[in-house]
Parts: sequence; C-alpha cells; structure tokens
Amino acid sequence: MSLKHTADSGATTPMGGSGQAPKDHNSALPDLYRTMRRIRSFEERVGELFVRGESAGSMLHLSIGEEAAAAGICAVMKLQDTFTTHHRGHGIFLARGAEPRRMMAEIAGKMDGYCHGKGGSMHIADMQLGHLGANAIVGGGIPAVVGAGLSAKRKKRDSVSVAFFGDGAMQQGILYESMNMAALWDLPVVFVCINNQYGMGTRIDQATRATNLHERALAFGLNGHSVDGLDVEEVRNRARSIVDEARGGRPGFLAVSCYRFYGHARMDKSPYRSEEEEIEGRKKDPVKFARDRLISEKLAGENALGTLDGEIGKEMDDAIDFAVSAQAPSLGSMFRDVYAEGEPEPEPLKIRLDRVLARN
Amino acid sequence: MVSMTYRDALRRAIDEAMAEDDDIVVIGEEVGRYGGAYGVTKDLIKTYGPERMIDTPISEPGIVGVAVGAAMTGLRPIAELMYIDFLGMSMDQLANQAAKIRYMFGGQIGVPMVLRTQGGTGRSAGAQHSQSLEGWIMHTPGLRLAMPATVADAYHLLRHSLTLPDPVVFIEHKALYAQKEEVDLDAPALPWGKAAIRRRGDDLVIVTYSRQLRFAMEAAGQLAERGVEATVIDLRTLNPLDFDTIRMEVERIGKAMVVCEGVLTAGVAAELASRITEECFDFLEQPVARVAGEDVPIAVSPALEAASVPGVDLIRDVGERLVRW
Ligand SMILES: Cc1ncc(C[n+]2csc(CCOP(=O)(O)OP(=O)(O)O)c2C)c(N)n1
Ligand SMILES: [Mg+2]
Repeated sequence: MSLKHTADSGATTPMGGSGQAPKDHNSALPDLYRTMRRIRSFEERVGELFVRGESAGSMLHLSIGEEAAAAGICAVMKLQDTFTTHHRGHGIFLARGAEPRRMMAEIAGKMDGYCHGKGGSMHIADMQLGHLGANAIVGGGIPAVVGAGLSAKRKKRDSVSVAFFGDGAMQQGILYESMNMAALWDLPVVFVCINNQYGMGTRIDQATRATNLHERALAFGLNGHSVDGLDVEEVRNRARSIVDEARGGRPGFLAVSCYRFYGHARMDKSPYRSEEEEIEGRKKDPVKFARDRLISEKLAGENALGTLDGEIGKEMDDAIDFAVSAQAPSLGSMFRDVYAEGEPEPEPLKIRLDRVLARN
Repeated sequence: MVSMTYRDALRRAIDEAMAEDDDIVVIGEEVGRYGGAYGVTKDLIKTYGPERMIDTPISEPGIVGVAVGAAMTGLRPIAELMYIDFLGMSMDQLANQAAKIRYMFGGQIGVPMVLRTQGGTGRSAGAQHSQSLEGWIMHTPGLRLAMPATVADAYHLLRHSLTLPDPVVFIEHKALYAQKEEVDLDAPALPWGKAAIRRRGDDLVIVTYSRQLRFAMEAAGQLAERGVEATVIDLRTLNPLDFDTIRMEVERIGKAMVVCEGVLTAGVAAELASRITEECFDFLEQPVARVAGEDVPIAVSPALEAASVPGVDLIRDVGERLVRW
C-alpha cells in the first residue's frame, strides 16, 4: 500500500501566487492516519525543542489529542481555500501542507522560518498555502475569514475560508459578529471550534452553561454541527458536507470534541485537573484509534505502519536539526516590514540618540 | 475653482476611487442605504450597489476584522467606524491584527485597507462621541494616519490613502464636514507625507493639524494685528510625520508651540514637543509650548466642551507670551 500523498493538481494557490501549492489531500484513512501521525510526531518534537532550550520561548501549545480535527477538516479543503488558526495551530498548518522544517525554524525564531523568525508558533502564516495567520489573541483570527469569504464571493474565486479556534473563543463576542455577518451575506465560510474541554485551566462547563456549542451557530442561521473527534473519518465526513455547502454559499460551523492531552503551554503542569481525568481523557486518542482501525480492517499491516512511523519520526528529527542549525535573523531585520517595501524604515534608537547627543 | 464642502470632497474621493478600482468596497454601519451617519457616502449605493456599499450590523470589531481579511485576500476595503470613540471596541483588530500582520508574517503580505472615521468636539456629543484618539493610532507602529484639515486635503489624502500598501487610519473632524472652500481638485497637491506651511512668519512656529489648523490660522491673524508673525504648519499626516518641515521652521525661528485637540498627557503634542526639543535644542529660545486638550473627558455642556480643547484665544495668548517672553 502507498501512504504517500498522491494528488497535487496544478491549481493556483489561494492568492494566485506562484510558490509551492498545498497538496490536495487524499482523504482516505491511510492518508488521514499519516497526517495525524505527522502532527503527533511534530508536536512531540516541538516539546523536545523546548526541553533542549532551542525554542523561542515557552508559549508553545501542542495539539496532541486534537489531530483528528486538523486532519479530518483539512482533508476536505481545496488548494484555493484559506484559513486562520488559533494559537494551537501547528497541526492544522501541517495538515494543509506546511513544511516541518520551516515550521520548526519559525518556532525556534529563525530566519529560515515561514515568517523569518518574527511570527513564531503563535503567528505563523503562509500566503502560498492559504494560511492567513495563527493568532495569539483568543478569537482574533475569526473575522478575517469573513473578509476572505467576501473577497472570494466578490472575485468569484471558488474558495472557502475556515476559521479554526478553541472552545475559549466560543465566549468571545467577535465570533458572534462574524457568524452573523457570514450568514447574513451567504459567505463561503466555515467556523471550526476545536473543543479540547479547556481554556487554560478553565473547563468548558466552568466557562458556559451552553455546552452544546453548535446550537449557537444554528441560532445565527448557520449550518451548525458537533462531532466527536476520536474517529477522524467521522470528522472528515461531517466536515465534507459542511465545507461543500459553504462553497455553495451556506456558511457552516463545526465543533469537534476532543481532549487536550497535556498542559496548556509548556510550563503548565495542569494542577487544575486530576490524573485520573487525564488518563481517561488520553484514552480518546485519534491517532491510536485510526491505527487500530487500519490494522483491523486490513488496510495496513503492523510492519508497514511501523516503517511509516519511523520515517515520519526521521522527518521530524530532521526538522529539529534544521531549526537548531538555522541562523537567527539579523538585528537589522528588526526594522524591516513594519511598512511596505520601499517605505522608509523606522529610525533605530541608537542612531537617533547619537544624532541628538552629538550636537556639540 | 469650485465651491465644495469637506463632506463632498470625501465623497468625491471615494466615488472616483471606486470607479477606478473595482476592488474597493465600503464596509460599515449605515454606509449604504442610509448614506453615512454624516452623509459622506450619500447615494453611492445607487452607483455601486449593496455589493460594494456593504451595510453591516452594529459590529465594530467585526467591521475592522472583516476588512483585514478582505484586504489580505485581494480587496481594498474602506472600513468605516461611525465614531472614533468606538475604536475601544475595534482596537484589537486594528492594533493587534491590521498593524502587525506584515511584520509578524515576515513581510509576506500587507493589509491595504483604509479605516475612515471621525472624531473631535463641536457637537455636544458627549464624552463617548467627541474624543480625539489619534494618539492611540500614532502610538502603534504599522498604521498610517491622515488627518485632513482642509477641503482639498480631505480629497487628496483620501485618494492617496486608497493607493497605499499599508493600513491607513483616516480621521475626519466632525466639525469640518460642512466647511466650504473654493478648491481646484485638479491642481497638483502636496505629496503624501509632506506637511503644508499654511502661513509664513518669522516670530513663531505653530505646528498643528485637523480642525485646530483653523483655530491656529485665526489666532495667527490676530497675532499679526499685534505685530507677531507666525508660521503655521499643517501636518496633514501624523504617520508619516514630516519632521523635516518642522525642523526647518523651528531652526529658523527658535520658538515653537504645538496645538492638538487630543488630551495633553502622553499625547501627540507631547511627542511633537519632545521631538522638537531633542532635535532642535540648540535653536530653541524658549521651551516648546504644548497647547492641547485638558486631561478630562469631554462634557456635553457646550461651555465645558469648548473650554476643554484649545481655541483661538488660547492659541493667540500662548503665542504672544512665547514671543514676548
Ligand atoms: C483575548 C485573549 N484573552 C486571553 C488570552 C490568554 N489565553 C491564551 S490561550 C487561552 C485559553 C484559550 O482556550 P481555547 O480557546 O479553548 O484554546 P486552547 O488553548 O484550548 O487550544 C487564554 C485565556 C489571550 N491570548 N487572548
Ligand atoms: Mg480549549
């Protein structure tokens, strides 16, 4: 069997750019497993990067336990689609075709990262892959997909824009403004809430009485659903109809229920929840679930999967090596890209002070 | 030459820009069917239809956020905040998203949008509808900031804003909409980012912008009757800031005051005064005087409202004292 990505149509990238286009994802279970395994391994290496002191800071939010949401939804998106993510978005970006090396380099704050070391884990973006940006403001990236939907509709681009965010953002007003406008204007937009049960240390039922999250979307006239995030095929099937209908002008909402396996960020040891709860929660493992099914349905053998897992492990080790050996951005780049190319750059403090103090 | 109001000049700028550039859409509350709370976009919906004159729900963070996403994906939105005071609601989308996207994403993409809004006193609109919040914008790297004082600049600066690659906050003054001037909009305008010297004198430099320009010009006229000749600089844009023009005049004259409607403390006047002091120290004969809004909210009482921001008398008196020190 082949677990390689197959399709890569020649379609243009979301912004009409000429760079590397995202892979059109094959959405069969073997490929979904591969995507999820790559996410899991990548996130484990992010943890390693931090432990080795090579990451840019500790605000690294791992999506372990949430792989089915990223893989299942991204599998039904198309090359020309765009998206924004929250701060826990590594997996989504990988599932949309990101290169682990450049991601890891960005997480390490290096010049060769997607944003030349200026964005990092929480602000990673890539226009060629339709990634309009991760966000460190809870809910901050949501309205941009409504704007992207407006562009798509006006320019008759057959493009859906998807906002990924956590359960915490369900309590942010901007989501309701955005869902309301998307519905009002019949935009090709999908809102995806990855409900990992926690916003930092606050469990979802400590944040709201209305825990049937999709009901809120229904109230705004969206095509709203909830799905369990254990079985990636179930997520994919649910997402497919929602994304397809959004493409036709009926915006949608999907809440994917899962469990955040580890702490909120690297420094968080989750003292607010019990070990028993965590053990129970981690049983809901979409990667293991898919692997078991591949074997039980004879779609793949233990050996082939072992080989694949090993290959992926090497790919991610290589990403770490790449990130560690990559160059830091030059200090002069600090003043670049505040404004468009060709505009005067801000004057460095030292140069100004030298000028002012050298008056005599 | 035609006689035209500030409002009509803005409307004409939007109309012409939309006719030329199909990617321009207007997004805001009451911009279409209603024609704009201050009538700036009146009837544009007849020409451009509801698809390009997009009436939104009352969702200020959403308006700015939608414009950000649209600007990133190929449109050139004009977002409108009915009052700059609502910036409190939209500030995340403006300051954390629009302003930083180019930088955070390593220069991959810009956000070519214009946020039109209006501020300032003059209508007894009270504490939540009368503020001058340009300092918030000027304090945020990544945002351009235009504040037209004249009818011709209302037109030219808006036309120019709609060609720029970075987000522009375009702040109109609510007391200027009905201001009428004789203008020839086809005559060449000063370049974007260049301050205008509206009056030349040898005794004093007054640096100002937006409605305070009108007060400063009137004060300068009164000063002239008393034998004091002031240079009056209209900054036109606060980002970019044309400090060269300020420097040239301050070095030539040696006495300067800055006049702003926003509150004094940590405001635009503070920035300009400290910059002049740093850069032109050897040429200054007096401290730079800051003439700005009182450090209080704006009261609805017309008497208190007018007293809380600079006016002609104050500018004239400070000018006279600076010169006769
Ligand atoms: C506006 C805002 N408020 C608070 C925070 C601090 N904060 C960062 S992540 C987080 C929890 C978010 O929870 P959720 O949306 O469920 O995402 P998750 O971390 O679970 O993926 C909080 C409170 C923030 N970054 N932005
Ligand atoms: Mg959460």
